[in-house]
Amino acid sequence: MSEQSTNGQQLSTSENGSAAAGDILLDVKNLQKWFPITAGFFRRTIGHVKAVDDISFQVLQGETVGLVGESGCGKTTAGRCILRAYDLTGGQIYFQNHDGKMVDLGPLSNNEMKPYRQQVRMIFQDPFNSLNPRMPVIDIVGDPLKINKVAAGKELEDRVASLLARVGLRPEYMRRYPHAFSGGERQRIGIARALALDPRLVVADEAVSALDVSVRAQILNLIKDLQEEFNLTYIFVSHDLSVIEYICDRVVVMYVGKIVEVAETEELFAQPFHPYTEALLSAVPNPDPRMRQQKDRIVLEGDVADPANPPSGCYFHPRCRYVQDQCSQETPDLREIAPGHFAACHFAEELTLAGVTASGELG
Amino acid sequence: METPVLIEIKNLKTHFFLDEGTVQAVNGVDFTIHQHKTLCVVGESGCGKSVTARSILQIVDQPGRIVEGEILYHRPDRLSTAGNGEWTSDEAGASGNSTTEIIDLAALDPRGREIRAIRGQDISMIFQEPMTSLSPIHTVGNQITEAIKLHTDMLDDEADEHAVELLRRVGIPRPEERLETYPFELSGGMRQRVMIAMALSCNPALLIADEPTTAVDVTTQAQILELLEELQDEFGMAIMLITHDLGVVAEMADDVVVMYLGQVAERGDVDSIFHDPKHPYTQSLLKSIPRLGVSRNRQRLDSIRGMVPDPYNRPTGCMFGPRCDHFMPGRCDAVNPPAIPLGPEREVHCLLYEDE
Repeated sequence: MSEQSTNGQQLSTSENGSAAAGDILLDVKNLQKWFPITAGFFRRTIGHVKAVDDISFQVLQGETVGLVGESGCGKTTAGRCILRAYDLTGGQIYFQNHDGKMVDLGPLSNNEMKPYRQQVRMIFQDPFNSLNPRMPVIDIVGDPLKINKVAAGKELEDRVASLLARVGLRPEYMRRYPHAFSGGERQRIGIARALALDPRLVVADEAVSALDVSVRAQILNLIKDLQEEFNLTYIFVSHDLSVIEYICDRVVVMYVGKIVEVAETEELFAQPFHPYTEALLSAVPNPDPRMRQQKDRIVLEGDVADPANPPSGCYFHPRCRYVQDQCSQETPDLREIAPGHFAACHFAEELTLAGVTASGELG
Repeated sequence: METPVLIEIKNLKTHFFLDEGTVQAVNGVDFTIHQHKTLCVVGESGCGKSVTARSILQIVDQPGRIVEGEILYHRPDRLSTAGNGEWTSDEAGASGNSTTEIIDLAALDPRGREIRAIRGQDISMIFQEPMTSLSPIHTVGNQITEAIKLHTDMLDDEADEHAVELLRRVGIPRPEERLETYPFELSGGMRQRVMIAMALSCNPALLIADEPTTAVDVTTQAQILELLEELQDEFGMAIMLITHDLGVVAEMADDVVVMYLGQVAERGDVDSIFHDPKHPYTQSLLKSIPRLGVSRNRQRLDSIRGMVPDPYNRPTGCMFGPRCDHFMPGRCDAVNPPAIPLGPEREVHCLLYEDE
């Protein structure tokens, strides 16, 4: 497929041509996840919600890739498919094993997945619902070690203590239950749990969305520090573009189950090639009242398309302000517009879209 | 030019009496809302911003109640109840001392007739979660016309017409059909529009919006904020916008109140809050947000150390003291800083500015 080959080029260009195949940690190819819609007594399938519909992207060792989009765009589903929390409808997820071989996680059974579950971990959005209220912290963080027979007894306790210390919690508190901790501290527990097994890839699903502003900065800094220390690779799922810009090296923008744009963060924010990315950037409120007069905000009409019944052609065309006849008829492919910069728009080359300048202005 | 005062909050204290102890959710808050202006109340969770808003309407949940303070509502005269019922008030400022009725909302009985006449008519509110704040078992039309019929003497047909007009005004397509739909059939953005239509049904003088865009997507947020601005131009109501998002504050506010742990840290006009913040809390809050474009090359965000203290275990002296970089031992932990005026409508609660 043309999409795959272009993604391969993207890899070599983004690494200044020096990328060896071993540098790809995760290679998602044509990933699909459809949820059936059933009706009637026999639960007949009458349609599908195409939550993730044929997306391909790659994640390099040590980088942070952002999946960004509005609710219902499939970013969380894509993250969960990578963890194999869902069975795939189609496509492959190649993950680089310790020996350098690429293994397709897609068809593996639960038992076969086990060694990979140690390497691919998740940080959840809601620090309240993602921790078992009946388990003390030592069990929450230590259970992965116990189950995978990594450590037990005193050694386990020591490891939990050092993990807690690393994420900025006092090890003395390890016998406490989650209710004794604030939101930010619970998120730290969730991070400690994700790191317990020395993972190589961490999927952070809206990891800071539920946190207050002042605590959010602490957690974002922690996530960045841990990446350097443990040589982690992140897939950072978020709807918050300012957080994405801060933490990600590359960004994948999704809309109704499809990728509309992929680029390095700086380039994507400075010079978007897809009208949806432009609108998304323009919608972010700027925390400077003096920018108010200058803004020429793009307010999109209508709502995000229904993934069970998407529009024809380009899914974004009913809301796009540059729409032309071709848009409602042909579905655009994800094409390389500039080196390492992909967009799925028929008119990506012709449009001049506004990004965000380094001073925070739209322009 | 200063517009007339609409709501004056003086030393408001709303406490919750729980088995574990008393939570001083709002503890001595002063600020003013002006007619036709947008006031943003900003702060982190637990700072008392929502409880302040609920105190104005006397809808604080049990076991909370207002224990002290005044909420003075300067009720504007209505030009006429016919026509579109615009509020009259300033007109060249000459009528500024006209006979406006002043009502202390804090002294009213939460279940009394007076406050119920004010709720929905003079002051209305939209909530964060449009799914849980709309009734799932009543149609959209039913819920909007209920308020209209309660506060005006419109007949059913007129109320329906008015509701259709409102729905059209808030940008809902095919409003006639929408009257018969239930909230679950609408998207999040549409539900929030229905809430706004309902809140505006009686031309309120003040619209309280409690985190109206927190639960919606960023493109929908842009739509809702734009709509609120348009409606303010058209209907002339004041807006009290409660949010934790400093971006939204910068877009919307005329005046800003920054709250921390039940108290006002700082208040002033939006430009001085963002470009000349005085309180260390405001300063660090502004530094800790990632900004589009600006944060691109920065390695680390500045963060505020520690976390918001437990409400049962409030620090002595300045509430922000334990997390403050300018903490002065012996001073900040002894005195709860009083309001230090810095200019008209500009105040900071911090001992650093005591001498000025």
